[in-house]
Amino acid sequence: MKSPSSRRSADDRGFRLGTGFFALLVVLLVAGIFWELYRTSQLSLAKFGFRFWTGKTWDPVSGEFGALPFIWGTLYSSILAMLISTPIALGIAIYLSELSPRRLRTPLAFLTELLAAVPSIVYGLWGVFVLVPIVRKLQVVTPDWLKKVPLFSGPPLGVGMGAAALILAVMVIPFTSSVAREVLKAVPASQREAAYALGATRWEAIRAALRFGRTGIIGAVILGFGRAVGETMAVTMVIGNNPQIKASLFAPQYTMAAVIANEFTEAADDLYLSALIEIGLVLFVITVFINAISRLLIWSVTREVKAQVPKPTATVAFAAPTGGGQ
Amino acid sequence: MNRTRRRKAFSGIVVFLCGAAVFLALIPLFFVFGYVIEKGFSSLSWDFFTRMPKPVGEPGGGMANAMVGTVYLIVIAGAFAVPVGVIAGVYLTEYGKKTFGSLVRFTADVLNGVPSIVIGIFAYGLAVLPVKHFSALAGGLALGFMMIPIITRTTEELLNLVPGTLREGALALGATRARAAFSVMVPAALPGIMTGVLVALARIAGETAPLLFTAFNNRYFSTSLVQPISSLPVQIYTYAVSPYEDWHRQAWAGALVLVGFVFVFSVLARVVTRRLERMHRA
Repeated sequence: MKSPSSRRSADDRGFRLGTGFFALLVVLLVAGIFWELYRTSQLSLAKFGFRFWTGKTWDPVSGEFGALPFIWGTLYSSILAMLISTPIALGIAIYLSELSPRRLRTPLAFLTELLAAVPSIVYGLWGVFVLVPIVRKLQVVTPDWLKKVPLFSGPPLGVGMGAAALILAVMVIPFTSSVAREVLKAVPASQREAAYALGATRWEAIRAALRFGRTGIIGAVILGFGRAVGETMAVTMVIGNNPQIKASLFAPQYTMAAVIANEFTEAADDLYLSALIEIGLVLFVITVFINAISRLLIWSVTREVKAQVPKPTATVAFAAPTGGGQ
Repeated sequence: MNRTRRRKAFSGIVVFLCGAAVFLALIPLFFVFGYVIEKGFSSLSWDFFTRMPKPVGEPGGGMANAMVGTVYLIVIAGAFAVPVGVIAGVYLTEYGKKTFGSLVRFTADVLNGVPSIVIGIFAYGLAVLPVKHFSALAGGLALGFMMIPIITRTTEELLNLVPGTLREGALALGATRARAAFSVMVPAALPGIMTGVLVALARIAGETAPLLFTAFNNRYFSTSLVQPISSLPVQIYTYAVSPYEDWHRQAWAGALVLVGFVFVFSVLARVVTRRLERMHRA
């Protein structure tokens, strides 16, 4: 008969391996997604090779698949969204962590994070029936000389790049701001106190804190970019879904996520389906890459500081994914 | 002297701009909520909750099947995602200090950022492609995959709030680590873990993209695992892009129900977490 202590250590090992298996599942899930997408996009990968990503024609009827317009649409809309959302999101993070009166802090943080709780489809619905008509009216009153600028050319449709970028910006703000806030929270108070002691103004002290946490702040911005790249429903509903490469904010265009959402169930033949899955594969690789970089940047700030503080305070960032963590 | 004044003025401007940023972000929030509440309430009726969709062009009808479908999909997703996520979270608190633990955390965070539509393709490849048939099972799988990383991370965070002395006490009394974890630590953090589950549920309840080609849609009432099933988000989408006035009205009503659902769960989660934090800090 085994001694109680050896049985106990065997039990402990079983517990460790048993729970470890479930932890491993999380890792396997990511590997599994990659493998599955890679496997099912073989047809398209083999037939088109790299040409798939340089071709400008997307014509399922004749079996010609070029995905450049989708790459363009995804990057253009996401970059525009970041240009709008980044200053606002950072302003929110600074206000809530450095400036806000204590009493206002919690309700304001709750409200800004509520932006992340609204489902994409609801933003899309709002976009179609409220935002798009507003953009259309703006287009109608755009003076003629301005319409000659490529950025504002095109017929007044309402749907298009501008509407998509605006809605994306709104959706991305809470992600960037909540992570940036967490990064600022992790910056030791001594950084600001030192600045004040040297006679800094409020902004100069904030700037010292921002500089201390800059890698994490950059990580927060990149995280928002990753969100924008993968956002599907709201964009699908307002961008106009036309695979063309245009600079105009008023031109209907298309994104990678939108083409998958729209055409997946219509893909009648295997090549068509496999081409769509290849777009999904690349979207996966891009977002994994973006998220990996942003997490590493965020961790480099929050973890370093947490090592000095004995007790971590947990917050459930609601509806938004938890930001930094260990 | 002049320079100091300039610096102070600049500081004041920046402080003002930061406050303005908060205000600016709240405008779309109130705009969206305002429209959803106004348009939603005026279209909401008893029929909406109890009736099935009417054929194209006929006014009236409701989204009863879609609401049941959404609950059904969430149950399927939770059935496998909650155990996997919670146990993975337990592992991270108990043994997660080393490289493998960091790897799991890292992949969970990365997985959290993978677009839902990509998860949808994955579930399609697993459960639709082999049988050439859209199904509730495929939709539930897609939603569950999205829940796993969220539950894993929140479970770990909330277990970390439980004082380590509790675990040590159990071990000192001769409990195995498994017993200390599942009989002492997890029950102590249970309200928090349930919160994590609520947060995950609130987040996936509104997901549309991964359901488009997994659960698909169904005009009829269904609780079959292997049949396509209707869901609130997909139904809202279908109605929103349709040309019918009455369907637009119903889409707004659906959006109100969805937002209400998400809102209630989010607030609930927040209240529970706050209480738990206060309890363990005292």
